[in-house]
Amino acid sequence: MRRANLKPSFIISALAVFFASSVVVYAADVAQSDPSIGSCIVEFWQRVCSIVQILGKGVLYSVGLFFLTILFALPFGLLVAFARMSKNPILSNIARVYISIMRGTPLMLQLLIVYFGPYYLFGMSLKNYPEFMAAVIAFVLNYSAYFAEIYRSGISSIPVGQYEAANVLGYSKNQTFFKIILPQVIKRILPPVTNEVITLVKDTSLAQVIAVIETFTIAKQLANAQASMLPLICAGVYYYIFNFIVAFAMERIEKKLNYYR
Amino acid sequence: MAVLEIKNLHKSFGELEVLKGVDLSVAKGEVVSIIGPSGSGKSTLLRCATLLERMDKGSMAYLGDYAVSEGENGKSIYASNDELRRLKRHFGLVFQNFNLFPHYSVIKNIVDAPITVQHRNKDEVYEKARLLLDKMGLKDRENYYPHQLSGGQQQRVSIARALINDPAVLFFDEPTSALDPELTQEVLKIIRELAEQKTTMVIVTHEMNFAAEVSNKIIFINEGLIVEEGTPQEVIYSPKIKRTQEFLAHLK
Repeated sequence: MRRANLKPSFIISALAVFFASSVVVYAADVAQSDPSIGSCIVEFWQRVCSIVQILGKGVLYSVGLFFLTILFALPFGLLVAFARMSKNPILSNIARVYISIMRGTPLMLQLLIVYFGPYYLFGMSLKNYPEFMAAVIAFVLNYSAYFAEIYRSGISSIPVGQYEAANVLGYSKNQTFFKIILPQVIKRILPPVTNEVITLVKDTSLAQVIAVIETFTIAKQLANAQASMLPLICAGVYYYIFNFIVAFAMERIEKKLNYYR
Repeated sequence: MAVLEIKNLHKSFGELEVLKGVDLSVAKGEVVSIIGPSGSGKSTLLRCATLLERMDKGSMAYLGDYAVSEGENGKSIYASNDELRRLKRHFGLVFQNFNLFPHYSVIKNIVDAPITVQHRNKDEVYEKARLLLDKMGLKDRENYYPHQLSGGQQQRVSIARALINDPAVLFFDEPTSALDPELTQEVLKIIRELAEQKTTMVIVTHEMNFAAEVSNKIIFINEGLIVEEGTPQEVIYSPKIKRTQEFLAHLK
């Protein structure tokens, strides 16, 4: 599958839209005073640079949260999918309820519960419990549920003949799954996984509810302090570029797996 | 000693008894064709023989080694998983829908199991695989992927895959049912050649003329029982049993 939106002309026009909107926002900021055009350009540039710099630290947390979530949620989601597909009714029902709750309640609520839960339920102190860690746990729990359902749909879409051929050839159950089935599953689930991953990039901004110092948290503070929308626009550019890279990487992987059908 | 010896095979799916006591003995170098109407149990028989289904009653031995033995009341007792896996080397199965692994190249489809499952010598296996591909008329296709091949070519690859361990018996489950007439011919030609080389084969098929031509023995199954068996001359050209006559009359 080739996405047409990765052409250079598209990149340029997307960035132009962001640039134009920041100029408009900035123009609104300075509309009351009456500075010269030259000083305007210099000041605008200085402000953008300082905002980008201040946001940078938050971006590190956003990116960290993103990668840690992917790192743990992909394998954990596979385990949940196994549980869900298990013949053991207890295990499969636990997984079913888990997925249902994780997908049926807001991620923001889950963040709050994971962070404050230990304090309210067990009286645990929040001192040695960093917000960032809580955010990673909540995101992994939430995204595993989504990934589990994607894995499950992928696994059940593999024809039974593949299992039978492997069985007759003497492959063990593990060999059959990891050598024959999983590679085909990965290829099939790549498009829905890409969707989730792109959503995840944007969802990292929810970590602000438990005061993780991520991009959006800082952008909001800056916007309040400066009484300007410019920091929010800059944050938007950060998220956009981040997702752009993610989409590009996923497309590359998809292409790499295009050698078979 | 028989290559395959099945005795008193019973198999039910829920309430439905599909096989009601079937005996099958295949000698070395013999080609046995199993014919019969849809739902007669011929595919189930093949699936039990290749351990894809578990039989309820009866016994089964490959080259005298019991995969399934009879316990109390004739109930089937399966050998250990290790023993079953060892016995799988004795047979190969060619499916109706080929069931090649789409993410493996032609050659990898053939060599992967012997190398990773049976831990055979890599160079030897590759050499054997190339020999088989040559025999199948696919010498220049080893680096292709299944989707780049025609159905007939895919089926020939799967025959090579089934032959890589030199099985004592090769099973075919309606090997040409998914192919058009032209491609059917190229697959039948290969099976004919295998028969000439005295490969032991059990073939479930609807191609009566072909079955008559290559087989030493024809078995007609109806409603889970062997109705008639014998040489092609006896079963196909001059069947004694009325049900066999009816079935063959329908085909003509």
